[in-house]
Amino acid sequence: MITTDHKADVLVLGAGPAGINAAVTAANLGLSVVLIDQNPAAGGQVYRPMPFQFTHTQELSDAEAIGAVQREKLKKSAVFTYFEHTVWNVTRDLRVDAVGPDGPRHWVCRALIVATGTTERVVPFPGWELPGVIGLAAATILLKSQKMLPGKTTLVAGCGPLLTAVAASIVEGGGHVAAVVDAASKQAWARGMPELISRPDLLWQGIKWIAKIKRAGTPILSASAIERIEPSKKNRLSVTVRPVDSQRRLITSARSQTIVVDAVVVGNGLVPSTDITRALRAEHEYVNALGGWIAKNDQLVRSSVDGLYLAGDACGISGAAAALWHGELAGLTVGYDLGKLDVQAYRALVEPVRKEFYKARKFGRAMGRLMAMPPQQVESVSAEAIVCRCEDVTRREIEAAIDEGAREVNQLKAWTRCGMGPCQGRTCGDIVASILALKTGSREAAGYFTGRGPLRPVSLEQITGTYEYSDIPIPKAAPL
Amino acid sequence: MISADGNVFDTAVIGAGVMGCSTAFHLAQGGMKVAIIDRGLLCREASGVNAGTLTLHMTRASLVPYAIEAWKMWMSAEQWLGAGVLATHAPGLTLAFTEQECTMLEERAAARREFGAKIDILTAAQAFKKEPGLNSKLLKAACCDIDGFATAYLTGRAFRYGLCRQSVEIFEKSPVVAIDRRNGLFEIVTQNAGKLLARRVVLAGGVWIEPMLAWFGVHIPIKTLVNQLIVTERIRPVMRTVMSIANGLLSLKQFGNGTVLIGGGWQGIGNRENNETEAIPENLIGNLRLARFVIPDLSEARIARIWLGLEAETADAMPIIGDVPGVDRAYVVGSAHSGYTSGPFMGKIIAQHILGLQPSMPLFNPARLL
Repeated sequence: MITTDHKADVLVLGAGPAGINAAVTAANLGLSVVLIDQNPAAGGQVYRPMPFQFTHTQELSDAEAIGAVQREKLKKSAVFTYFEHTVWNVTRDLRVDAVGPDGPRHWVCRALIVATGTTERVVPFPGWELPGVIGLAAATILLKSQKMLPGKTTLVAGCGPLLTAVAASIVEGGGHVAAVVDAASKQAWARGMPELISRPDLLWQGIKWIAKIKRAGTPILSASAIERIEPSKKNRLSVTVRPVDSQRRLITSARSQTIVVDAVVVGNGLVPSTDITRALRAEHEYVNALGGWIAKNDQLVRSSVDGLYLAGDACGISGAAAALWHGELAGLTVGYDLGKLDVQAYRALVEPVRKEFYKARKFGRAMGRLMAMPPQQVESVSAEAIVCRCEDVTRREIEAAIDEGAREVNQLKAWTRCGMGPCQGRTCGDIVASILALKTGSREAAGYFTGRGPLRPVSLEQITGTYEYSDIPIPKAAPL
Repeated sequence: MISADGNVFDTAVIGAGVMGCSTAFHLAQGGMKVAIIDRGLLCREASGVNAGTLTLHMTRASLVPYAIEAWKMWMSAEQWLGAGVLATHAPGLTLAFTEQECTMLEERAAARREFGAKIDILTAAQAFKKEPGLNSKLLKAACCDIDGFATAYLTGRAFRYGLCRQSVEIFEKSPVVAIDRRNGLFEIVTQNAGKLLARRVVLAGGVWIEPMLAWFGVHIPIKTLVNQLIVTERIRPVMRTVMSIANGLLSLKQFGNGTVLIGGGWQGIGNRENNETEAIPENLIGNLRLARFVIPDLSEARIARIWLGLEAETADAMPIIGDVPGVDRAYVVGSAHSGYTSGPFMGKIIAQHILGLQPSMPLFNPARLL
């Protein structure tokens, strides 16, 4: 045997805000808990720490401070943590296989909590695959963890609050932001205001970001989007920007402008991670305002599959602040389901947490709505734009398959290879389905890519470890 | 609903995998008015998710003549079907790493040679010339020139093209809920396409042939195998043959796009009743260890995707192709071992039989299994 069999009451996948709180809450109830994350430290995307070799020279930002508190709480708890472990397989009897620095390893558990957050959405345009064009989320990793600028001069585009957060961080780090290009209109922002006021602190932070960007002289182009990016002289990028309508489609009759920069940071909102819940054949529903397909849940984090729970933005974009509470909710519910709490104790503990969660998600969901993709937005994806980056499948090839009769995304995948690369459609799945839905009439009819292992690409060497031929349990011969 | 122009179909084929599609295609080519019905989409079950191996090594010995004919059909699909599945001709090697496997390899090669497969036994040195990437621990290999692979996921797209050209009417996402006989016709009740009338029916449902035969009160047990498949991301060329091991539990090949497919029939969990499948991690690891042992350069390759497909096996592991016992003008085609390899030809011979022609090769009477 090369793998070691570990048993745990609870396995938590993802050490972001929801995962940490779920793990710590469950451990505090006396359950044995294992927390697994691909990163070297806890925090997730929003509370991502700097590498441990780095030291802070400035005062901690709010997010950094919360992250530090979270990591401290985890350290003091009885949770077993496995960082730098990549989970590649999960089964319905709740076995989890991972590879880490010490080789392959697997666990079996009674409750599996999926707290894997979200994936970034990019609505493709010609040139989005060029070097120097990165995602908003990637930019936050550079800025938060490595304190590194994407380029000397950067254009920040897409939609939602992350735009201003990233642009302000670039300015703060001494970089120049050529423009912030926001597909959301001023009116869309105004419509979100009643909910945004529910968190005056976060709203104030946003206002400060905008002020910082404006002081730096950066124009904010509302209701606009990138039409295309072309390589320019001296490794620079020439970005064509054009106004969009209320469905975020390019208005071809409107005047475009060209901006030359070193780097482009682009993101069109977030899509809940469903790779694990799809792989385990949980029931899903499509909720555009929550980011797309989400695993159906009973509002107390239970999915339709026995023993499978969800915490945080994996069940719909609600923001990091809400994810903290949702994680606690997950820890309590699992504690109750595994017999560590009686019904009275559970109710007494869960109600105040639920209340806080609802309060916190108001703000997060308003942000989520600003980031949600209008169904017609993909009409603007041009024929030559690469939709699936792993396999270089263009919009034109996808349309050709639809014209030949493909009516479901898995069929489209088989006919064109879109979604067959190493990312397994995490990047293009939402876009491909939206393009097909223009024909089928709904995202439900278009379907979603069937969840398949491995959850992340891992090498044969990592999975198989060290062995001899005689160690291979070869089954009996096929009939002659 | 009858057919688009109000007539009765000459034949309705139920089940749109390779066997069903090929049957429908050849019936239409023979002048019949044909409908093909599937509860899902064309070739999206075993026919679209198998390893695509077009080999004689793993074909049951007595099916070798059929597989040779089908191999030619796959290689020339662009001509007769109008669209292809990237069928690629490459030599096939079966490998032995232990003395016991050497014996098995010789026996299995001899059995297939008797049925016309030109399989030669190679020394390790000869095998390395054919396949330089092999593990140096190799003892012996069997080699057949008639081998290769197809890209199975393109099967549905190719057959859709061919069937449309033959004016076969395609009813997808239309599960059959009942079949009645009325005035000498079959009345096929579907969930989404209404009622279809046909003079003949062909059952071509792969592992689902057992419940299909039960519609007519015929009971033939068909076992469901749940095969696991693994594909890597695109990597540099690390092999140029199609490989298996002596007992048949590996299929390994690298496609033109650089991805490497690893299969061989390692079992997962699943059943045909709800069509749910799940990989067994230990069996994935075993299959991967075997592949990496055979071609050590695979170590660096990353796994891109794992999936499963259902394969049918009758009590004698031979196909059922012929008349449904006791039911006039009802036919069945399917449940062939390595059915993808021989599929197009099996469809052709049942079509010849239905058209009243002499099949190019003998059918496989289902009545033997009653």
